[in-house]
Amino acid sequence: MTTDRPTYDVAVVGAGPAGLAAAVGAAEAGLDVVLIDAGRLPGGQYWRHDEHAAPPRHHHGRLFTRLSARLRHQRRLGRLHYLPGHQVWLIDRLRPDSGPFTLRLNGPYDTAPVERDRVRARALVLCCGAYDRQLPLPGWELPGVMAAGGVQALLKGQRAVAGSRAVVAGTGPFLLPVATGLARAGVRVLAVCEANPAHGWLRHLDGAVRAPAKSAEAVRYAALMARHRIPYRTRATVTEILGEDRVRGVRIDGGEVLEADLVALGWGFTPALELPLMVGADTRRDLDGSLVAAVDARQRTTVPDVLAAGETTGVGGAALAVAEGRLAALSLAAAQGLPVDPRAVRRLRTAIRHGRAFAAALHRTYPVPDGWTDRLTERTVVCRCEEVTYGELCHARTELGAEDPRTMKLLARTGMGWCQGRICGFAVAAVTASLTGRPATAEDLRPLAARPFAAPVTLGELAELGEEP
Amino acid sequence: MVRMSRAGSEERTGMTLAGSPGPSAYRLTFDGTTVTARPGQSVGAALVAAGIVAWRTTRRGGRPRGLFCGIGVCFDCLITVDGRPGQRACLVPALDGMRLSAEGGGGTDEGGGGDGDD
Repeated sequence: MTTDRPTYDVAVVGAGPAGLAAAVGAAEAGLDVVLIDAGRLPGGQYWRHDEHAAPPRHHHGRLFTRLSARLRHQRRLGRLHYLPGHQVWLIDRLRPDSGPFTLRLNGPYDTAPVERDRVRARALVLCCGAYDRQLPLPGWELPGVMAAGGVQALLKGQRAVAGSRAVVAGTGPFLLPVATGLARAGVRVLAVCEANPAHGWLRHLDGAVRAPAKSAEAVRYAALMARHRIPYRTRATVTEILGEDRVRGVRIDGGEVLEADLVALGWGFTPALELPLMVGADTRRDLDGSLVAAVDARQRTTVPDVLAAGETTGVGGAALAVAEGRLAALSLAAAQGLPVDPRAVRRLRTAIRHGRAFAAALHRTYPVPDGWTDRLTERTVVCRCEEVTYGELCHARTELGAEDPRTMKLLARTGMGWCQGRICGFAVAAVTASLTGRPATAEDLRPLAARPFAAPVTLGELAELGEEP
Repeated sequence: MVRMSRAGSEERTGMTLAGSPGPSAYRLTFDGTTVTARPGQSVGAALVAAGIVAWRTTRRGGRPRGLFCGIGVCFDCLITVDGRPGQRACLVPALDGMRLSAEGGGGTDEGGGGDGDD
């Protein structure tokens, strides 16, 4: 395994829309780039596809096809080194604010072939993407209940379905492609339960926001929902999931029961922030309540030479992520003294401004509903890994005096398991704040988003750290 | 645990989506049951397509778990692959002849990304 190679100008982490755009843009601008991605294929979660099937045919399909072609071209020219199937588990730097970064890499599973276990780079673009945000409810730990994004990943990346009668629930426009995807795969979709009142982009959009591609997409999904006769219920919440050893059904708003063997849950998305936090970048609470990396008008984080793009800086979709990735590439090029077209920078800034305005409209249309913790019972599991119940969180608050998620973690073990709070972090912050009688803040979110390692690591890999010069 | 059949000779054929051409299938075993997978599928996808939705039992409550996030974030789907415990079923690509087995605890204690406070 070769580890000691020349230091790259830039390491881009993540090959979704933002990372692909950043890596290709930086290489085309003349920088020496390494692109590291946990997935086996480029595209990330948005552009997930099956290598044995036709390329994705979504509305951004052409954009993905073009970026993929440019990626191949830059690789052929030797300007871009692409490392699929590699996850970053540690980033360190000789001095806190200067000098090259060392990124420690491993594979996503024990026997995964890994080309490099270490790379060095003078700058980073972190495009780590996001995953489904979850709100606990009674029974959500039963087999057959999945994150909406997980159901979609099975469909798009694996061409597998996890059940035959499905309910899709939560909030946000992403519930629609999951439901129509399932229906096309032959699954009977009993209902899409949208917790919020608005049909959102199905019928209304802030007049100031122009997003024709998104509107066309909304019309397409509305037609697909109608064609597959999928009931779209608004102001409808799954309040309980029924079953003993696997899901048998759901209860809606405390009453009606639908019998289902697959439940897809999603409450928007939350960015993966372990790498930004690991390098010491400042974070903030976004409009949707998620913790995100703070960036300036050039996509720079508060740490010198560390940029971020895409969902890492706030959930906003693929088109916005691509614009941010491109801008990050141009910022890096300009910082290296390479020629950059100022008109391109202006166009990207305008696209980003529009994209952010549209994302803000969506966040306002599909918020996490106030009072969602009301449906939790004593026995509801909040932290899935450590099987910590709502009752135990209440006990830690009232009997042991835990008033913040960090203390909660120490006393009740929330976020101490395998996922390190990735799944329950948002919920624990909200529950702790609600039990303490105050709104959740960024301070509540940070302790459950920071992790000593960004990916599982073996004792052998840890031991090697100590042996290196 | 429901649907975790261990009948030795039983074969479960994965649900393949209509219209997919499907290269020749791999054959894997899950605790003795034969499960088929298409090249490129994860072992987790092969299991759920075969109707097997749980393969891990939690440490504390002894509860069944399988796929949840489906993208490598939640670690609920840990499984033993060819004798290696603690692998994420949603990420490990299925290979012909692979032996999968149910997992009893929270996976191996080796690794885990640190157990302490930040």
